[in-house]
Amino acid sequence: MTRKAALSRAQFEERFFGVLRWFVIAFLAVITVLPFYYMVLLSVKPIDALLLDPGSLWVSAKDFTVSTYRDVLRSTDSGGQGFVKFLLNSALVSLGTVLLTLLAAVPGAYAISRLKFFGHRQVSALFLAVYMFPATLLAVPLFVIFAKMGLSSSLVGLAIVYVAQTVPVSIYMLRNYLVTIPYSIEEAAAIDGCTRLQTVRKVILPLALPSIMATGLYVFMIAWNEFLFALLFLAAEPGKWTVSLGLAQLSNGIEVPKTILMAGSVVLTIPVVLLFFAAERLLTEGLTSGADKS
Amino acid sequence: MTTAPPGAPQRRATSPRSTDRPAHRRGRPMTASRRANRAGLAFVSPTFLVVLVVVILPILWTVLLAFQDAKLVDIQGMGLFGNWSLDNFAQIFGSAGFWSSLGTTLIYTAGATAGSVVLGLIAALALRKPFRGRGLLRAAMLLPYVAPVVAVAFVWEVALSPQYGVVNDWGRRLFGWDDPIAFLSTREYEVSLLGMHFDIPLALLTVIAFECWRYFPFAFLFILARLQAVPHGLEEAALVDGATHTQRFRYVLLPQLMPVIALLCVLRFILTFNKFDDVYLLTGGGAGTDIAAVRVYDFLTARYDVGAAAAQALVLAVSLMILLGFYFKFFGNKVQEES
Repeated sequence: MTRKAALSRAQFEERFFGVLRWFVIAFLAVITVLPFYYMVLLSVKPIDALLLDPGSLWVSAKDFTVSTYRDVLRSTDSGGQGFVKFLLNSALVSLGTVLLTLLAAVPGAYAISRLKFFGHRQVSALFLAVYMFPATLLAVPLFVIFAKMGLSSSLVGLAIVYVAQTVPVSIYMLRNYLVTIPYSIEEAAAIDGCTRLQTVRKVILPLALPSIMATGLYVFMIAWNEFLFALLFLAAEPGKWTVSLGLAQLSNGIEVPKTILMAGSVVLTIPVVLLFFAAERLLTEGLTSGADKS
Repeated sequence: MTTAPPGAPQRRATSPRSTDRPAHRRGRPMTASRRANRAGLAFVSPTFLVVLVVVILPILWTVLLAFQDAKLVDIQGMGLFGNWSLDNFAQIFGSAGFWSSLGTTLIYTAGATAGSVVLGLIAALALRKPFRGRGLLRAAMLLPYVAPVVAVAFVWEVALSPQYGVVNDWGRRLFGWDDPIAFLSTREYEVSLLGMHFDIPLALLTVIAFECWRYFPFAFLFILARLQAVPHGLEEAALVDGATHTQRFRYVLLPQLMPVIALLCVLRFILTFNKFDDVYLLTGGGAGTDIAAVRVYDFLTARYDVGAAAAQALVLAVSLMILLGFYFKFFGNKVQEES
């Protein structure tokens, strides 16, 4: 009797969770994909069509338009929103950040993973402590220092702040990869007469390339998406706005139609999403490596 | 080739210690460990420099500023030290706005942390076994996390708008809502359930929902990675012993996942506590969502009151540290024992 009851409970649960699983999967698919579908949808609609029927989830052939994109990309002189300029600014800051971050993080990660130097135990904890402090706490003095140095509205200043924000996580990601490279390879190089620098450049760098690329992509995404420091440093100068900042500033007003701004969000989102899909495996492994062996 | 490398460095490492040739030793510039020390310090120094200049020194300066009466206009001429006062702290602790904002921050942080980790756990369990299109869905599920916050916040704002938002339109059609609901600007929304009336902080809940939506992929990634590393034998043994689905989860999987879940909770708590962008973009800190980070920003940019802003940021950081201290004191050991 009890045996039968237990079995039926097991069977019931098996069936119940079998069905529930598909509901959960469908729900997850809807909540993650729908907002992005909605974003693209509104970006190819004229504003009248949106106001007329806010609930429609498709666009009719006669309403379909790409003029929103033309409007958002055109320079402000010719009546657009000047997003091309913003894109350029964002690209400059992000690429600069990636370059500088990797320049600092690759040697740093190598040292932390391989070399026993004074304080090598404390240093990674110190770097990770960066994330303990609220960005707003840094924002106050950085705002003042940069105002003093005349860097307060420059893209260079912004890139420096981003480097400091991304170097610790880059070191963490790179280090996780570097520890998997066998030490004997380096010893072989040393025996062949390589100096430390040569070993890093000719042996470690090529081997760690996948991880370096993943880290670079991740840094690019952080820099491209960043908002607070861009707002603090660049808000007063529309010519230097990044895409994120430009979109946020324009969406506060009511002059620009929402559908045009939606085109702006698509333009802002596409680079990161493309990069992400190009390197999804690399990235997820780079981020979570170490999580599975706790 | 294969035997030489492991042998060689050992010889190199031990040779400095051998004292048979002291004269030669003086001529040799450095031992291997000293060389490693030098190289290590040199390699770390660029990172250290950047972190020092852009993170550590600013933090120290914040501490100084918090104890000074500093406005942005006169900070140019001000020395590093001077006009010590506790006015900023007196002003902060004396104002009702600060305490309510600290409370809001705690609710927001706890809600968003718990929500995103639980949703991530559910997602990881659902996507554990392979099915058609799993790889695609897995990639798509990371979209909220990788997409720029400004873009997704804008989409939410438009979708939830009372005038032209899709949510209110469907709500009226499907659920028969009489009036459009202003999700992002309603401080308290009256709900009647079973004849009782409740006031729910709608804007705050919406912001928490946004945060859960945006960060559950992060939890999902980590939990899925851990889940796939759980040995199959464990679950099979439980299955043979007649454990049901829920029992296997409760007694086999969950203990295995606990360390990573605890780590995620701590991480998400820290990051959400310090979060500024999401709330600022969605509500601007209005309608009962005045989290502390947004308040600091307001002090800095609207009032140019650097001292008060610094003091508040400092209080915020210290309260976070106290919370984490409590956590590690009471739960840190337990988690380690379980793992």
